Amino acid sequence: MKTKIQVNNLNLWYDSNQALYDINIELYKNEITALIGPSGCGKSTFLRCVNRMNDLISSVKVNGEVIIDNKNIYDADVDEVAVRKRIGMVFQQPNPFPKSIYDNVSYAPLKHGMVKKGLACHELVEASLRQSNLWDEVKDDLHKPGTALSGGQQQRLCIARTIAVKPDVILMDEPTSALDPISTEKVESLMLKLKKEYTIVIVTHNMQQAGRVAEYTAFFHLGKLIEYDKTETIFLNPSKKKTEDYITGRYG
Amino acid sequence: MSHHQDNPFYDPSLKKRHRASKYFLWYAKGSLIFSIGFLCFFLLDIVITGLPAFKQTYINIEVSFNEKTIKSTRKAIDKKYRRLASRAWLRNIPRLLEQQPELMNTTQYMWVLADDQVDQYAKQHHHKLKPKQLALVEEMIASDQLDIQFNTLFFSKGDSKIPEYSGILSSVIGTILTLLVTMAVAFPIGTMTAVYLEEFAEDNRFSQWIEININNLAAIPSILFGLLGLAVFINLFGMPRSSPLVGGLTLALMTLPIIIVSARAALRSVPDRIRQAGYGLGLTKIQVVKDHVLPLAFPGIMTGSIIGMAQAIGETAPLIIIGMIAFIPDSPSSIMQASTVLPAQIFTWAGMPERAYVERTAAGIIVLLSVLISLNTIAVYLRKKFEVKW
Repeated sequence: MKTKIQVNNLNLWYDSNQALYDINIELYKNEITALIGPSGCGKSTFLRCVNRMNDLISSVKVNGEVIIDNKNIYDADVDEVAVRKRIGMVFQQPNPFPKSIYDNVSYAPLKHGMVKKGLACHELVEASLRQSNLWDEVKDDLHKPGTALSGGQQQRLCIARTIAVKPDVILMDEPTSALDPISTEKVESLMLKLKKEYTIVIVTHNMQQAGRVAEYTAFFHLGKLIEYDKTETIFLNPSKKKTEDYITGRYG
Repeated sequence: MSHHQDNPFYDPSLKKRHRASKYFLWYAKGSLIFSIGFLCFFLLDIVITGLPAFKQTYINIEVSFNEKTIKSTRKAIDKKYRRLASRAWLRNIPRLLEQQPELMNTTQYMWVLADDQVDQYAKQHHHKLKPKQLALVEEMIASDQLDIQFNTLFFSKGDSKIPEYSGILSSVIGTILTLLVTMAVAFPIGTMTAVYLEEFAEDNRFSQWIEININNLAAIPSILFGLLGLAVFINLFGMPRSSPLVGGLTLALMTLPIIIVSARAALRSVPDRIRQAGYGLGLTKIQVVKDHVLPLAFPGIMTGSIIGMAQAIGETAPLIIIGMIAFIPDSPSSIMQASTVLPAQIFTWAGMPERAYVERTAAGIIVLLSVLISLNTIAVYLRKKFEVKW
């Protein structure tokens, strides 16, 4: 089992409010890791540290290391834009661009110069949509607006858009919380398929979801990483009292 | 009162509260009716006053063309009709002969533009015709020598001291040129300022200070912008007085805050998740703003700009200061030439003593209002057409 992301002593402040305390965690390659915990526990904030999305908020201050492929992404010679290309992100609300399905997928690869307009671009769009289990549903309507799809289809379109730029890691911030159970099932089975090629980190409020998809689970509470282990262990045999209380529904 | 005790829902204060809400509704409806009534009265008054200006009286009289009449155009028509025909029309005889040389040394019946007093009489307005002239006009009406035709001169001529010969063309062209300058300056600068403030600027003391000042700018009396235009553009930079260039720049200063404020509102209404999506794909800030945020905000920016433009069209005070009120009969052919604008033309005509200018004033207002209403219609249409549904 190879470590993909190594986080060392990560602290984060919003102005003077500390939101993350000394996070140390290793996330493994080609696995799905779930981040769970009550609202405001810092799991989303942590997720956004991994692709430097927090840099967009001017009040955020980070120290510590996030080492991906032997390089700390917070080093001065690392461009955050380049980080986000390799560490893709899927959000809670499906957020396709108000453009056609085709343009949604092809926009970023074209801008990154990964493909030229034409056949190569068509192939990339098709491959990405196939990989995200959406191709059969949209292949005849590629020029319809992405916003006209159903919520679940939109979320899979967002995943297709993310994998079109060929990232190593996909971060998912509660990707199914706005979806119905059937769409959720489709996204989850897609995640299980994608983990063969990508390292996936998912924030979820739904503990059953963590149990269904994640090999590893990290439990956050009040900005601290309380426990991190195999999902099975966390759910059946947690070593910390706080984790057990949360899992059994005593708070959260 | 015993049945109140039977009713567990009885509330003695309810009657009063219901009455209060009823009164409130009446006040609200009353204000609405009052303002609509005002508007209708105003529009009706303007239309009734202004419509006659779109018709003009012509008289059918004998005109002789020869060497003598070129020298003294008054002599082209019979002495008794001289006060009934338009002086301006007579002055134009040499030009008419240039265009139609075959008329030389002939005498023929023609439809000649009537004097404004005859025109006013024919339209049954107040007039200053003498009894003898009046009898003559009556005679012409009886023998079908007098006709009221569509007033093409109103749209094809500039201002004139002779009422029947004055029109709005030069001021319309002046307005168009001025607005072109205004838009060319205010739209890009306003949009870019809004993009900077909304998407790039950090929220600190300095940007807050700028924001407050932009909002203040929108509230400055427009005549001050005229003084600024006079001091800076004319005196300091030496740009030509009364020109659409100076007028347009002055109006651009005035329109800028409107465009900035509305463009910022449009940018702010673009959901943040679109920006997040872009950043999550490894796009730079410029790519996100240019390709995703701006296109979504564009209908709103357009709407704001058109509304700003509509306000600029109707602006008079600053243009008076920079001299666009001057008597300018010729249409400007470039933004450097002296010209006037529609509202300034209306203002000039409103101060003229001749009765014929009253209807021209109102007609000018009708033209201005039609332009404003069409601009607002375009704004609404653009917003509806390009609005993205979520």
